[in-house]
Amino acid sequence: MEQIANQVIFGLLALVIVVCSILTVTTRRILRAATYLLFVLFATAGIYFQLDFTFLGAVQLAVYAGGIVVLFVFSILLTSHPGDKAQLLTPKKRVVGLIASIFGAIVCGYTLLTYPFFTKPLTSVITGEIDMKEIGHALMGMEKFQYLLPFEAISVLLLACIIGGIMIARKR
Amino acid sequence: MEIPMIAYLVVSTIMFFAGVYGFVTRKNMLAMLISLELMLNAADINFVVFNRYLYPEALEGFFFTLFAIGIAAAETALAIAIIINIFRHIRNVDVHNLDKMKY
Repeated sequence: MEQIANQVIFGLLALVIVVCSILTVTTRRILRAATYLLFVLFATAGIYFQLDFTFLGAVQLAVYAGGIVVLFVFSILLTSHPGDKAQLLTPKKRVVGLIASIFGAIVCGYTLLTYPFFTKPLTSVITGEIDMKEIGHALMGMEKFQYLLPFEAISVLLLACIIGGIMIARKR
Repeated sequence: MEIPMIAYLVVSTIMFFAGVYGFVTRKNMLAMLISLELMLNAADINFVVFNRYLYPEALEGFFFTLFAIGIAAAETALAIAIIINIFRHIRNVDVHNLDKMKY
């Protein structure tokens, strides 16, 4: 019963992701594109929750859906009038885009479908939510498979990003 | 959890190449940035799925995705700052009008 529920939920999430990500790149109104992107991000967070990475799902919701999309909507409203439509694509450009994406998808899909992935049976290990304590220790530890250095590097990167954002966006 | 791994990978492949299509065809820089976010998200899904299905006892994919989300947020904030700065100078955000690097 639980498996059927899982499959139904996965089917719904997959449908939302596929439909909304295609609509994101084909709609002519950019504000709608941002809204469809929001749905894609929600469904991605749903997939993280379904795979038992609850912390990652929460981060996805907070950072992407809560932060980045708001930033997008603000900048769209600042740079275009509501109701503006993008001009129609020239046929040449559409063909080039379609060739690039469909050809890439075929190559990629063929490789994925033929590669013999060695999946471990999920019942052999303890599944379930990762302990928050374990995540914290791995994030702050200095041993092998622990991530203090990237953590510090990303904090310096975010500081540089704040300073860069102020420098770029301030009025001269 | 009897969903095969390939189902997730196919979904993320479609999402990635939708992003590629948008990146090639769009003219508005913000729309290109949105397509870029789609591609980043597809890569993140792949990391998480590989982590869960191939190495369920490890946490590498989890942390890679965590850091990728952080870096994507920083990158988007900077890119939007640059785009708004461009908008101040040339009053729109189409890539066609951006043939000069200096102003």
